[in-house]
Amino acid sequence: MSIPKETLLHAYRTMRTIREFEERVNAEIMNGQIPGFTHLYTGQEANAVGVCAHLDESDTIISTHRGHGHCIAKGAEVSGMMKELFGSSEGLCKGKGGSMHVADIDKGILGANGIVAGGPPISVGSALAAKIRKNGKVAVSFSGDGSVNQGTCFEAMNMAVVLQAPAVFVIENNYYSEHTSINYAVGCDDLKARTEAFGFPVFVADGADFFAVYEAAGKAIAHARAGNGPAGVFAEQGRYHGHFVGDPQAYRAEGELEDLRENHCPLKNFRARMAESGELSEAELDGIDAEVMAEIEQSVTDAKAAARPTAEQVTEDVYIQYTATA
Amino acid sequence: MPEKTMRDAINEALHQAMEQDESVFVIGEDVAGCSGSSGDVGSVGGVFGVTEGIYHRWPDRCIDTPISESAIVGAAAGAALVGMRPVAEIMFADFIGVCMDQIVNQMAKFRYMFGGKSRCPAVIRFSSGGGFSAAGQHSQAMYQVMTSFPGLKVVVPSNAYDAKGLMLSAIQDDDPVLFFEPKILYQETADVPDEMYTIPFGQANFVREGDDVTVVAFGQMVPKAAAVIDTLAEEGISCDLIDPRTTSPLDENAILESVEATGRLVIVDEAPPRCGLTADIAGLAADKAFSSLKAPIKQVCAPHSPTPFSPELEAAYLPDADQITAAIKATLA
Ligand SMILES: Cc1ncc(C[n+]2csc(CCOP(=O)(O)OP(=O)(O)O)c2C)c(N)n1
Ligand SMILES: [Mg+2]
Repeated sequence: MSIPKETLLHAYRTMRTIREFEERVNAEIMNGQIPGFTHLYTGQEANAVGVCAHLDESDTIISTHRGHGHCIAKGAEVSGMMKELFGSSEGLCKGKGGSMHVADIDKGILGANGIVAGGPPISVGSALAAKIRKNGKVAVSFSGDGSVNQGTCFEAMNMAVVLQAPAVFVIENNYYSEHTSINYAVGCDDLKARTEAFGFPVFVADGADFFAVYEAAGKAIAHARAGNGPAGVFAEQGRYHGHFVGDPQAYRAEGELEDLRENHCPLKNFRARMAESGELSEAELDGIDAEVMAEIEQSVTDAKAAARPTAEQVTEDVYIQYTATA
Repeated sequence: MPEKTMRDAINEALHQAMEQDESVFVIGEDVAGCSGSSGDVGSVGGVFGVTEGIYHRWPDRCIDTPISESAIVGAAAGAALVGMRPVAEIMFADFIGVCMDQIVNQMAKFRYMFGGKSRCPAVIRFSSGGGFSAAGQHSQAMYQVMTSFPGLKVVVPSNAYDAKGLMLSAIQDDDPVLFFEPKILYQETADVPDEMYTIPFGQANFVREGDDVTVVAFGQMVPKAAAVIDTLAEEGISCDLIDPRTTSPLDENAILESVEATGRLVIVDEAPPRCGLTADIAGLAADKAFSSLKAPIKQVCAPHSPTPFSPELEAAYLPDADQITAAIKATLA
């Protein structure tokens, strides 16, 4: 499979952007600058980027509580996201949503989601709209290994098959839902088979390998786009951080994190592949790294300087004004 | 008396109930923690640590689940229907949205629809309420909504002492109890006896006693209102502060008797106004104590909007001391 150079450059830049965004967010949380509940995507960058590389702006994605990576990969503006996480009124959601609700409808980002498996049914709706309009669009939902155990996820998968809607279910197995292992929470041994039993094909990929995800997602998205109904992508890759910042991570085996960071890094793997194929030079990649670092630094500077929301904004965007209180 | 946090007080109640009665078990997401991992199984005790240590004593009665709120509540309801006393944890009250049917159409109605022949002694615990910048899907109070359903008992403790006694009552109760733990209060301490004790449902607590104004507050608004009332006392304004503790059953008499004595009523809750507890109690007083009222009833609650993320917005959203003060003074103007 040959991938155009432009796509490679964009993929690397996006993965690096997610990585630096998340590492910086982690630091700013520790500094007490970012309030609320934040879940980091570090380590899983190739999943979001490998999938979104096949989408254009009018395809949709719907994300999860661990949503920064998906949103960046689908084109959300980094500085608007950073401002949102800082709670600024200049943020993508005017400081109303924060980390768990980053959204940009104009870019086809139907939102991160604080309700585990809140997204898949909504994504089926977007897919259904594409089917009715016959516009060749697809709707991608991201789900974790834990979220696939919700009834809403089962319902969405079955209904997508029944409606033959171009819904793509991306299941990201990072081995845990909060502190619980997939070995416990998914009752059968083979989640891929369980998902396929709904009646659509599932393409498996190593989530540490951008090229593997790109290929699997390409097949799934082409399947859905061609009008063959839903498809799935199943990508395995651990997260580098705890479920939340400060998570003691007592569920990890000894050496697990070190192994993940050392031997399962999508960025390292990407660079190694480029070194081998010569498609992108080290200098090009280093250049991207430097640009991304500067962009993230700037986004934090801007977020810190950005306007803060005021009390009157609480009831903006509520379509019914009701004032009975003292 | 030893000082304990609300978290520890509820944890102690759970331990004591489990010790006393083998039909009690806890179930929910990460109530043990680390299940199926090669790490330290049982080391979590729920994301707020309320069930900490239970797995290590009773591994068979501390049950981790997949993320499946409908099945968690349904399993609790079903086990209760055949005589167990489950205490299920739903991590955030907002997730009632996911398991509403099992609560509202199922467990709430068994006893009535089955002609009084069944009991459903299940307790469902929720962390509840705002103050964490947790935004629209992790901040709602929800107890005000659930109070409107016949067939459910609804508990909202405001301090560690009450939380323990109310939890022990909840577990002993033969009907379904929804137990809302204001998460902002988990680390707040009070004197809590080591021994078991119960606090009956439907019996309000007079947190402060006074003559001028009746203030009714719920959950995290109780300590806020108490602080305001203590400040006003220095200005010579004295208030009754009533914490109903259970919103269903509601101690109507305590509220009405106080209103009859003071003639003034302020109600404080963190939820939005429509069909909420402040309106509910205003209606009660208007209905049954109208002739005692000397001033319009004042409601202090959140605006009619989802909970915003940004700390500044959430601070403006949640009722604060200034609003409570203004409302009390308005009834005296
Ligand atoms: C309905 C609902 N239940 C529980 C939670 C609490 N919660 C947030 S993330 C999470 C784990 C999700 O696991 P998974 O789907 O594997 O995603 P990951 O966190 O691993 O990315 C849980 C239980 C929630 N937000 N919503
Ligand atoms: Mg997971």
